Amino acid sequence: MKLRRPRMAPSAYVWLLLAAIYFVIPLYSTLDFSLKENKAGTPCCTLHNYGWVVHNGDFWHTIKISFLLALETIVISLVLFVPTIYWVHLKLPRLRPVIAFMALVPFVVPPIVMVVGLLRTFNGAPGWYYGTPWGFLATAYVILAFPYMFFSLDAGFRAIDVHTLTEASQSLGARWTTTLVRVILPNIRAAALAASFLTLAIVMGEFTIANLAAFHTFPIFLQYVNESQGFPAGALTLLSFAITWAAMLSLLLIGRKRGARGAVVPATR
Amino acid sequence: MADEGRRVGIATQAAPRALRPDLASGRRRLPLAWLATLPFFAYTIAFLFVPAASVMIGAFQDKANHGTFSNIRLLFHHPYIDAYWGSIRISLITAVAGAVLGMFIAYAAIRGGTPRWIRSVLTTFSGVAANFGGIPLAFAWIATLGPLGVVTTWFRNAGWDITYQTPHFQISSERGIELAYMYFQLPLMILVIAPAIDGLKREWREAAANLGAKQWQFWRYVGIPVLMPSFLGAFILLFGNAFAAYATAYSLDNGINIVPILIGDYYTGNVLDNPHIAQALAFGMFVVLAVMMVIYIPLQRRAARWAK
Repeated sequence: MKLRRPRMAPSAYVWLLLAAIYFVIPLYSTLDFSLKENKAGTPCCTLHNYGWVVHNGDFWHTIKISFLLALETIVISLVLFVPTIYWVHLKLPRLRPVIAFMALVPFVVPPIVMVVGLLRTFNGAPGWYYGTPWGFLATAYVILAFPYMFFSLDAGFRAIDVHTLTEASQSLGARWTTTLVRVILPNIRAAALAASFLTLAIVMGEFTIANLAAFHTFPIFLQYVNESQGFPAGALTLLSFAITWAAMLSLLLIGRKRGARGAVVPATR
Repeated sequence: MADEGRRVGIATQAAPRALRPDLASGRRRLPLAWLATLPFFAYTIAFLFVPAASVMIGAFQDKANHGTFSNIRLLFHHPYIDAYWGSIRISLITAVAGAVLGMFIAYAAIRGGTPRWIRSVLTTFSGVAANFGGIPLAFAWIATLGPLGVVTTWFRNAGWDITYQTPHFQISSERGIELAYMYFQLPLMILVIAPAIDGLKREWREAAANLGAKQWQFWRYVGIPVLMPSFLGAFILLFGNAFAAYATAYSLDNGINIVPILIGDYYTGNVLDNPHIAQALAFGMFVVLAVMMVIYIPLQRRAARWAK
């Protein structure tokens, strides 16, 4: 038998080409739309729609809300998960499957079901919670982030020797908080960042819960523009893509560099 | 409680005692260590389990919060039952198509002969595409196949007017929504199935060839049985993914009769009536997902039996 360099199979060409066409055309069409003038019949190309976006007060307002909401969600999630997973790895390894199960539940509960439950449960809660995105939406988004946070951080903690680090830190006289913030956290930084970028991508694109709970976040604004003005919506959509891409690519870059792995499964349908 | 001293590893053996002076000083091995996980459990119960339970309870109550089956009974009538069929139909079609086509694409990218960069481009892209759904995705499809869409215009110039001649091919039709869903179903399948395809070892193929197996025989007796458990698992994931989808469908056609849209209508004000019906609809979604799991688990067990 003679060894030869394997050549690419013809069927592989066909499949990959079809996939490429399917995936690229909608992106191309969006770009094409975003460069059209808002009147029929004018030829390509204009940056008018991008100007519209940049000068739109509602755009800045809603994107600020969504971004701050993402930050709040990330902070709450990290505060909730980092000490818990640390503690579980250090002292309660038997509890790990329980936490893993609870972190997976949000995958099984569709957001549309979750928001129905949340609205019913917290109907009548104080206005600072029920009536503001910083209360109601943030707590819901933390739940959406559960699977990503857990699997990313859990992988991060498994890659380090929690016991030795803790022992070393404590024998030098550090308190628990010092150990956690100055010893453990720097060691799981890549995992924490990966989880944070995923959470950012999810929160910046989440529509279901915000729509049913009637909060004006960026995706709600995007839908409003979709319904009312087609061409600026193209520019806005590309921008929204860019945010997701930036978040996901940062995540992949971190993963490549530091060996952190994040669960990459969707939540913003 | 777990005795960490039993954990293997030189470094870890000394650790628990050093960290737990209470171990040395006496037998006070109180379950205090659990307390540190209390915030996590409290949060999960308050914002996940209580709301989920509240949906289930609300589904069986009337407007005065008395127990009743009337909401559940209503689910079996028009338009609710049709919404369930619509949701199940879209989820099944996109899950089957996504799983099968996604597997072919993943296999084409991974198999020997395909340059490695193609694989990394495909998985990177899938990681991103699986995460952009919802409103932006819907708009991208409207720009493609909507009444003014780029591809629609190409077709119109070629003499085929999708909007008028074949309305069931419009992006706001059920077929159109399925086409749009594939944009996140395919990448998800590619991400999930790629490790399983990696597990198909080259040597098996060579061994089969040496024993005289033809291509189809390799797939029939080796390839497909090996991939089956992962394939079924991915299929369930895709089904649930499409079943839960709300934003994409809402943006493409907020009149389509699927369960998430019906639930949404109760809250966004298009239908103002009994909120318990929305809770019953949500409860029904749980039931459908649970039924899928009940079908899936024995299938999965059967498919994975040989692997032991």
